[in-house]
Amino acid sequence: MTDFSHSTPSAATEPRKHGGSLLAQTARTRKRNAAEKRFRAYGIAAIAAGLAMLLVLVVTIVSKGTGAFQQTFVTLNVELLESKLDKNGNRDLDDIKKVTTFGYAPIIKGAMEAAVEELGIETDLKSKELAGILSKNAAAQLREYVIANPDQIGETVEFRFLASSRVDGYLKGRVHRDSIANDKNISPEQLDLVDELAAAGVLKKTFNMDFITGADASDARPEAAGMGVSMLGSLFMMFVVLALALPIGVAASIYLEEFAPQNWLTDMIEVNIANLAAVPSIVFGILGLAVFINYMHLPTSAPLVGGLVLTLMTLPTIIISTRASLKAVPPSIRDAALGVGASKMQAVFHHVLPLAAPGILTGTIIGLAQALGETAPLLLIGMVGFIASNAPESLADGLLAPNSAMPAQIYEWAKRADPAFYERAWGGIIILLIFLVTMNTLAVILRRRFERRW
Amino acid sequence: MPTIWLVVLLLALAAAGFYWGRARALSSAGGDARELHSLPSYYGYHVALASFVPAITVLVVWLLAQPLVIENRVSSLIPAEAVPESSTLGLVMSDVRRVAEGLDIAVEQGMLSRKEARDMDTGTQDVRALLGEVGVAVGEDVRPEILSAAQAFRNLAATGKTAMTVVVALLALGGFAWAYARTHKDFRARNVVERGVLALLILAASLAILTTVGIVLSMLFETRNFFTLHSWTDFFFGLTWAPNFRGDSELSILPLLWGTLYISFIALLVAVPVGLFAAIYLSEYASSAVRAFAKPLLEILAGIPTIVYGLFALLTVGPALVDLFGKGGLLGVEWMAGATSVLTAGLVMGVMLIPFVSSLSDDIINAVPQAMRDGSLGLGATKSETVRQVVMPAALPGIVGAILLAASRAIGETMIVVMGAGAIAKFSANPLESMTTITTRIVSQLTGDTDFASPETLVAFALGLSLFVLTLGLNVLALYIVRKYREQYD
Repeated sequence: MTDFSHSTPSAATEPRKHGGSLLAQTARTRKRNAAEKRFRAYGIAAIAAGLAMLLVLVVTIVSKGTGAFQQTFVTLNVELLESKLDKNGNRDLDDIKKVTTFGYAPIIKGAMEAAVEELGIETDLKSKELAGILSKNAAAQLREYVIANPDQIGETVEFRFLASSRVDGYLKGRVHRDSIANDKNISPEQLDLVDELAAAGVLKKTFNMDFITGADASDARPEAAGMGVSMLGSLFMMFVVLALALPIGVAASIYLEEFAPQNWLTDMIEVNIANLAAVPSIVFGILGLAVFINYMHLPTSAPLVGGLVLTLMTLPTIIISTRASLKAVPPSIRDAALGVGASKMQAVFHHVLPLAAPGILTGTIIGLAQALGETAPLLLIGMVGFIASNAPESLADGLLAPNSAMPAQIYEWAKRADPAFYERAWGGIIILLIFLVTMNTLAVILRRRFERRW
Repeated sequence: MPTIWLVVLLLALAAAGFYWGRARALSSAGGDARELHSLPSYYGYHVALASFVPAITVLVVWLLAQPLVIENRVSSLIPAEAVPESSTLGLVMSDVRRVAEGLDIAVEQGMLSRKEARDMDTGTQDVRALLGEVGVAVGEDVRPEILSAAQAFRNLAATGKTAMTVVVALLALGGFAWAYARTHKDFRARNVVERGVLALLILAASLAILTTVGIVLSMLFETRNFFTLHSWTDFFFGLTWAPNFRGDSELSILPLLWGTLYISFIALLVAVPVGLFAAIYLSEYASSAVRAFAKPLLEILAGIPTIVYGLFALLTVGPALVDLFGKGGLLGVEWMAGATSVLTAGLVMGVMLIPFVSSLSDDIINAVPQAMRDGSLGLGATKSETVRQVVMPAALPGIVGAILLAASRAIGETMIVVMGAGAIAKFSANPLESMTTITTRIVSQLTGDTDFASPETLVAFALGLSLFVLTLGLNVLALYIVRKYREQYD
């Protein structure tokens, strides 16, 4: 001990050629400490940068997308003129159906004029321009109502019509008075009227359920477009993926984990699964196009084909996670089952598989979430480029009739020229992300709830 | 769809087989399950499997093989002189298919009786107008040999379908009868069923191989077709990408490869430093509370679908860059014309890859044994010196592997570049210009109406094969580096 206390000061002072105290840092120490601080700061900066990107992304999505869930509606009292809608006056449905949406336009114009007059708003707009405030969808909406309720002809009924996308954009701050100089769809006078109507409470921005449940609409009617039909398309695809990928994936994992002998075939399968997990998703799209559509002549744009392609893509994910959860079941379980006389197959199916089930389920949900957000392969099998306007009527229809899927619908909207569709695309992303967050949360909860440590 | 009904019938037969097989086994043992060799349900499974599995296998194989056989048969019916100069047999065959499909629809809608469709000839009827009425547009008047080929096509398809139904039904009933007859109390049902199940498990596992083979074969086949129509030297060594419909397209991969690699390079420039430093901080410095908070949040970035990043690139990052570098922008320079550019796509893709690099590197850094750090710290090194001079060299092979994997991701990424990179194929070093990539061109050549006889469509398969080989090569290289240079510390 004495030696130690003696030698310490000399050992400490020896390298300090310039003398000085232990407490005062030398230039070199300062440099090293500064380097240490810098290095640490880089790390913090990197994490901050990553989290900042996440924040920017979330803020962008939320700020740009929430608008899509609100839509401007105009409440109008419409007199359903018998002279226009049912000339014969006999309420024959076939006669009523003969009146096309063009036939309803004058009624809407009249209703607009009446409303303006009633509110006492001074305007020199013509009736056609007055009706221009409403969506082109209004006539179709009216016609649908009349066909469903022919007995209402002649009455005055209150309707909630969609406003046109420009009016909607004006209320949401997307369209400005100075940006519409070259816009033939809307004029400053119309915007004046919109202001007055909004002040009178006829024109209001409210929650828009149709965006969530409705169908896609054509280029001219962005205000009417919704995600509902493409959501069904995604749902059918996920059915196919679940029905195929789960059994096949679990079967493959059981074989590889429990039964496979060490030979070239097993090695080959393992290498293949690892490689397939890393193959770009678009390659699966090419495979789908070449095999399912070009060779087997399955219908283009069908959710069945999309589901098949996504199944092939999801299989490696499911196999990898299933194998991990099979591996986590301790060998003692197998040994005990074999010890009381179960066959190997019985040990696996009756004891190992049920214990691994929560892990398998978690992996499957994560795989499905991945498949739900995947877009690239769907482009190649034709799930874009058309208006997915009809909800499927039956199970076979849902699988085989052309449909879109959520990510494909978002891509479709992003490609269209009218910026009103961009808001829809962001809104669609919010819906898609809600699904993904729900599925991932479910996976985490399942894992927490059922995970067993052996 | 009758094929679906066939499957439903098979399932019903299997379910019936299960109950009858079990009941027969039990009754052969006089109702006492202890007399049986196996548990009663195994006898049920035995009958169910025997009636379902062979039949469904034949059904699937038949469905796969029938188009090929019919195609061969019908195309041998078309005389060589019926193929016009400018066309190929493949094009004529697609006409035949369209006519056949049109006839099917016409019969379905009741415009033609089955007999009329069979006996129709071009001399007496305007087939094109008729097909037009049911919504099948045919490019030119239907020539007699095409119509007769289409009729043969329909005949063969109908015969094939009937034969398939008969064979599958016979097989299912045969399997059922055979297994039912064998069911007896001394029959070793469990062993047989377990062998069958094992075979099914092997089949499922082999699907991975089948998928790879399918990918390679489908692309190889069409790529070969492409190279018969277009010279391979132009594809691999040409310098221009200019598809057009006059038939003198210049389709070469080099400009696309340049765009792909440039964008991937920028993405890695963003992702590698950020990801690596994030991983180092998380594994070496961060308290467990920070780690538990920051790591999952970063990994959310990896779970966001690429369509979201694509939209972000197109509508947010691109316009922001234009505000900075474009006309009337903040920097007062006019370097950027549109929102799509190499930088737009590269930056966004970089963000996407951050968690990929960081979580892979994190695992690798954590695998470096603590004793090495302790040794270094004990010698008086600061933490950062330890990381740079001890941990990093030890983790380097793994990190290089992770970067290569990230590069392979970047090269194969589609949605971000489709929406953010642009469509102009060129060699340029300016990151503010829009360029195009392999994946973007695959999408644009294969969406819309595709005609599998033109080089402009088929080139997508050659591009896809190149992409597949490229990404596979990078993955294999990454694995090789990790295996070869990994230090063993145990």
